[in-house]
Amino acid sequence: MTHVSDVAPMTRAGDVAARMTAIADEVAGPAAADVDDKGRFPIETIDALKAEGLLAALVPVEFGGGGASLEEVSQGLVALGRRCASSAMILAMHHIQVACLVRHGHTGALRSYLQELAEHQNLLASATTEVGTGGDVRSSVCAVEVTDGRFRLEKQAPVISYADDSDAVLVTARRTADSPESDQVIVLCRPPGLELEQVGEWNALGFRGTCSTGFVLRATGDADEVLPESYADISTHTMLPMAHLMWSSVWLGIASDAVDLARRFVQREARRKPGTMPPAALRLADVTVVHQQFVDMVQSSLARYAAAGTDADRLSSIGFGVGMNALKVSSSTLVVDIVRECMLICGLASYRLDTPFSLGRHLRDAMGASLMVNNDRIMANNAQMLLVLRGE
Amino acid sequence: MTVDETIRQVLTDHGRLAVAVDSISEDTDLFGAGMTSHASVNVMLALEDAFDFEFSEKMLKKSTFESIAAIRSGVLEMTGG
Repeated sequence: MTHVSDVAPMTRAGDVAARMTAIADEVAGPAAADVDDKGRFPIETIDALKAEGLLAALVPVEFGGGGASLEEVSQGLVALGRRCASSAMILAMHHIQVACLVRHGHTGALRSYLQELAEHQNLLASATTEVGTGGDVRSSVCAVEVTDGRFRLEKQAPVISYADDSDAVLVTARRTADSPESDQVIVLCRPPGLELEQVGEWNALGFRGTCSTGFVLRATGDADEVLPESYADISTHTMLPMAHLMWSSVWLGIASDAVDLARRFVQREARRKPGTMPPAALRLADVTVVHQQFVDMVQSSLARYAAAGTDADRLSSIGFGVGMNALKVSSSTLVVDIVRECMLICGLASYRLDTPFSLGRHLRDAMGASLMVNNDRIMANNAQMLLVLRGE
Repeated sequence: MTVDETIRQVLTDHGRLAVAVDSISEDTDLFGAGMTSHASVNVMLALEDAFDFEFSEKMLKKSTFESIAAIRSGVLEMTGG
């Protein structure tokens, strides 16, 4: 079943993070300002990742992928997040979808699609939100209709990030036209059976390169491209924990670059007056403590997810769910706190847009973290789960 | 009320199923019938109140609440019935 990609050297487990870091420094960083300024898709970064076979980093080796660990991919996302958070967020969203296919795509058609993805380095997008559900991704209006082994689906999606530059979209929908709104499945929708009609524009404060516009999505395809398990289970076991882990890695990248800039700023001050402690040095020590909490939280959450493995009871336990939600709320809050502290350290040099210490894009990107799946919604979910959590 | 009647009453009051509780069998998949994870928490709280017990940590999982039969088995296990 193994085969060698014709577009890229086989991704070698163990060096995924290093190769992502190289692309971050050599390609994503230099393009970041233009991507942000124009609000355009970071095509050069995604092409560089494809050329290295890195879009299949999480695809098992037997399907032609890199077989990388989540830790490696997380490290790579931190590196990319330091240089271009939009690129990192796109790659994070892609890997979340890949993980859903790897862990839950147990049909012949989906297994062969994984090979195709690895061979052609396909980029996956996601359509979970829908007009008319009030932002609740765990309910759908649209439904899958299957006739003669073919599915048909139409969804009014308020957001599908980078849909125009993706090769396929994973779409949530009710299982059948008769299913209640909470009985959902995920469907792999791709050309030639995929039609996307753009609705509106994406002109946002941050993550401008993700091109998160709305679409009317119409799709047909092989009924075997509907993931057999319920979306509720896929979400609990894979999509939600993966999202919070991968997003947190991107946000950690933003925070890490801000701390680097702040440290360089303080060190520059120290060199100017050796023997005199720069005024912001203590604040740098403070923010470094908080940054380390962030690093350790992401690492321990990756370890918690790895330890749960594929144990359904553990993954669906209330304690695990509360913990993964807490990760998202903490990291999306910490990234803003850290960037703000670093701005105080660097002063006006960070407020200006034309200095090497500018933190404008960091701050704008960071502000999106608590809004993409609003922290209030996540805290409401945790509040609900805490009504029944046992302290055992 | 019998255990089953009480369970069905709790589901009627809190399960928010897409179909009438009277119309489902004891093996019907409640999540497939429209019960959300939010609703399942309320069902659980109401069951604990109705039967005056607490589910143990290991029973706080989806499969405990997937059908009337599964709920009955959980309730009986916890109440020693």
